Amino acid sequence: MPQVKVLTEFFDVPDSHKIDVWEKHGGYQAIRKVLKSMTPDEVIEEVKRSKLRGLGGAGFPTGVKWGFVPKDSEKPKYLVVNADEGEPGTFKDRHVIMNIPHSLLEGMMIASYAIGAHVAYIYIRGEYVHPARRLEEAIAEAKAKGYLGKGIFGTDYDLEVYIHRGAGAYICGEETALLNSLEGKKGWPRLKPPFPATVGAFQSPTVVNNVETLSYVPHIIARGADWFASLSEGTERCGGTRIFSVSGHVKRPGVYEAPLHTTLREIVYDFAGGIRGDKKLKAVIPGGSSCPVLKADEIDVRMCFDDLAKAGTMAGSGGVIVMDEDTCMFDTLRNIIHFYAHESCGQCTPCRQGTGWLVRIFDRIAEGRGMPGDVDNILEIAQNIMGRTICPLGDAAAMPVISFVTKFREEFEYHVREGRCDLEDRKQRVAMAS
Amino acid sequence: MSVEFSEKALEQLRELLGHYPDRQAAVIPALHLAQEEFGYITQEVEDYVAKLLEIPATDVHQVFTFYTMFRDRPVGKYHIKVCESVACHIMGSTNVLDYLRKKLGIDVGQTTPDGRFTLTTVECLGACEMAPMMQVNDDFYGPLDEKKLDEILESLE
Repeated sequence: MPQVKVLTEFFDVPDSHKIDVWEKHGGYQAIRKVLKSMTPDEVIEEVKRSKLRGLGGAGFPTGVKWGFVPKDSEKPKYLVVNADEGEPGTFKDRHVIMNIPHSLLEGMMIASYAIGAHVAYIYIRGEYVHPARRLEEAIAEAKAKGYLGKGIFGTDYDLEVYIHRGAGAYICGEETALLNSLEGKKGWPRLKPPFPATVGAFQSPTVVNNVETLSYVPHIIARGADWFASLSEGTERCGGTRIFSVSGHVKRPGVYEAPLHTTLREIVYDFAGGIRGDKKLKAVIPGGSSCPVLKADEIDVRMCFDDLAKAGTMAGSGGVIVMDEDTCMFDTLRNIIHFYAHESCGQCTPCRQGTGWLVRIFDRIAEGRGMPGDVDNILEIAQNIMGRTICPLGDAAAMPVISFVTKFREEFEYHVREGRCDLEDRKQRVAMAS
Repeated sequence: MSVEFSEKALEQLRELLGHYPDRQAAVIPALHLAQEEFGYITQEVEDYVAKLLEIPATDVHQVFTFYTMFRDRPVGKYHIKVCESVACHIMGSTNVLDYLRKKLGIDVGQTTPDGRFTLTTVECLGACEMAPMMQVNDDFYGPLDEKKLDEILESLE
């Protein structure tokens, strides 16, 4: 299975981030076509037909989301780009911004036109200093050519794009926390409904889209929804390609773009070159650290949203984290639960307290003070966080816990019982026998 | 320290205020500016930002305390942030941290006596292909091992 490159094709083009290079490769033709010959509804229909889905993690159909924005609202409408990439294992948006910022800007122009927005924000995580600068330069280039500002491309359509830097908070990747953060508040997620499409930024109708998602839009308009949808074969409700971030114990970590009928095995072994030192594979997290883990014998699954859901996990943000046979699952999960406890915003009791309890139990076991019943207790706490919080961070903390513990239960029992790692013991037994 | 923005920072703030329909939305950008101006954020700075934005000081304080990039004390010339999240963790971030502790002679959260280096840990920086990795001021470095760390620290001397 080869990679299919729609966005990443330009990553190897020298200076692909510059507007002149981008235009030489067909950039800013799609927005011209849209402004000249398409109504907002036609744009939305085209994106719906392309089967493009939200690539930040939720997988919601992009065109459908745009269609929720009320046409009769008197209020201003906003487009907000979620560039708060922070799900452990995910780094593709950084590559998109650094390599093809104009693909994002053009996608933003098309999306803004489709929903009737005249102001669009890019909410970028504060740690992405260089990507933010890259975007600033790209915006300046576009402005200088009359592609942003008053009357873009010589039409009567106005569009301003502003960058809003975050300041370090994973929770702000959740779209309603992001909107509160944009408004100058702490990043606490909001109760839904109302959904952002009706009450979003500054109490106004708002669409929040991921960087990669929007970057596909110009290509969909230029080459047609049918072309994009057909890139993924036999995946009824997902179209196109997406960029997988591959990290962990592989020979070639990096970004790989592929259609959604590609299997996880192909990504790990064909694209990323297999396991470092030719060790055995133990497990893979397929879509960022919040997604349930898959065992080595479960990776013949296609990477489309629906197939991964059927396999009991999620496509998430496309962050593939690969673990070899020497990985301690207790230690890995302990690290993951520390992350979610640190990043819990503190608003909902089950998440705030539950993640804290889990951290204390995991730390106690790590210190060799496990107690009978700990493993069941861990599962019970996780199950009591699931579905009981305003935003998905609670679920994001619970799902890896439940899947790691259920699939590798014996390792966890061993840590509780023996106060040390089974892997270390096994290595010693092998050494002694030889 | 005198708590007042430079003319340049005030100009940047005026520009930023034009981006939003209300003034509170500029709190995070204003705190970023303040941190660039003063190095860190004190109660006085919070009050100053609140005054500039014409909003209650508590609205600035709750933002300041929520986000990890804002700090209430100075950092060294080079602020080293070691990523500890899962992709870096399984690739050996604990070793990176141990080595830096030993080499710099400080613990996490501390600054070397000469004021050159501050060592902290952070959650996922979105650069897992570089694991184990770290950020020094604005720049990302990785994959890291002892040799690479020596080279980087030397280049920062």
